[in-house]
Amino acid sequence: MSSTPNELSPDKSRKEVAPTPEGVERMETRAVYTPRVDIHENDQAITLIADLPGVDRSDVDIMLEKNTLTLRAKAVAKAPEGYSLAHGEYETGDFERSFTVSEDVDPDAIAAEVRDGVLTVTLPKRAPRTRRINIGG
Amino acid sequence: MYGNLNWMRQDLPWMGPLLPEMARLRDQMDRVFRRRTASAEHPPVNVWTNADGALVTAELPGIPADKLDISVSGSTLTLRGECPAPAEALGAAHRRERARGRFGRTLDFPFQIDSAKVEARCERGIVTIRLPRADSDKPRKITVSGA
Repeated sequence: MSSTPNELSPDKSRKEVAPTPEGVERMETRAVYTPRVDIHENDQAITLIADLPGVDRSDVDIMLEKNTLTLRAKAVAKAPEGYSLAHGEYETGDFERSFTVSEDVDPDAIAAEVRDGVLTVTLPKRAPRTRRINIGG
Repeated sequence: MYGNLNWMRQDLPWMGPLLPEMARLRDQMDRVFRRRTASAEHPPVNVWTNADGALVTAELPGIPADKLDISVSGSTLTLRGECPAPAEALGAAHRRERARGRFGRTLDFPFQIDSAKVEARCERGIVTIRLPRADSDKPRKITVSGA
């Protein structure tokens, strides 16, 4: 199979298998992958963008517990009917990854959307609380 | 798909019928040695086949259908496109793991593709392309007439 040159680095085209947390064993034999993410930050919010190919909006689970944001997603694996696999470069599995979130994020205002297999999570920052302290005297 | 095995078709015509088997063996070996042979090719594709043609699926999260350029010529499929960069308004990047920039991929098939009947769709970041084999390329059954 030949290919035209492309600008992506070698490690970008393969999925990385997610590490199993210490002391936990997986019950399913299905592969679990670490989704590739971009994280951006500006004055108003932190934005997390994750590649979740094959994942439907209803199959994404986002949890915030204390300061840990966990993404879990189930990909739809459907072998085309009447065909047999002749060449395989990727496998379909689930996605899992956790992030530590700083305290200045407003947990009630977190929003997420899925489009074309990409999840975007917006974590708005809490408005800075300023208090003026008057000095009496 | 049989890519660099195609020279055998010309130089060693009697090898013809063995090509699919050899390609399958090579693919299995590639899988065993994936660490060594893993290529930088983006997007990763799976190729499915049957007697009527092939079905290609590619993982292209974040690429809407209108940003993907699919072309077919003879027995070759070419996929081209560009991963959209995140909006600058999102601010400074702390992590950049997702694919970016332009990509291009060419796949060769051991049959002529009926380009008029090629269908493609994008769903959940997976592109599926159906490549029917041209009728003129399909094996023909010849009936023997006579007493």
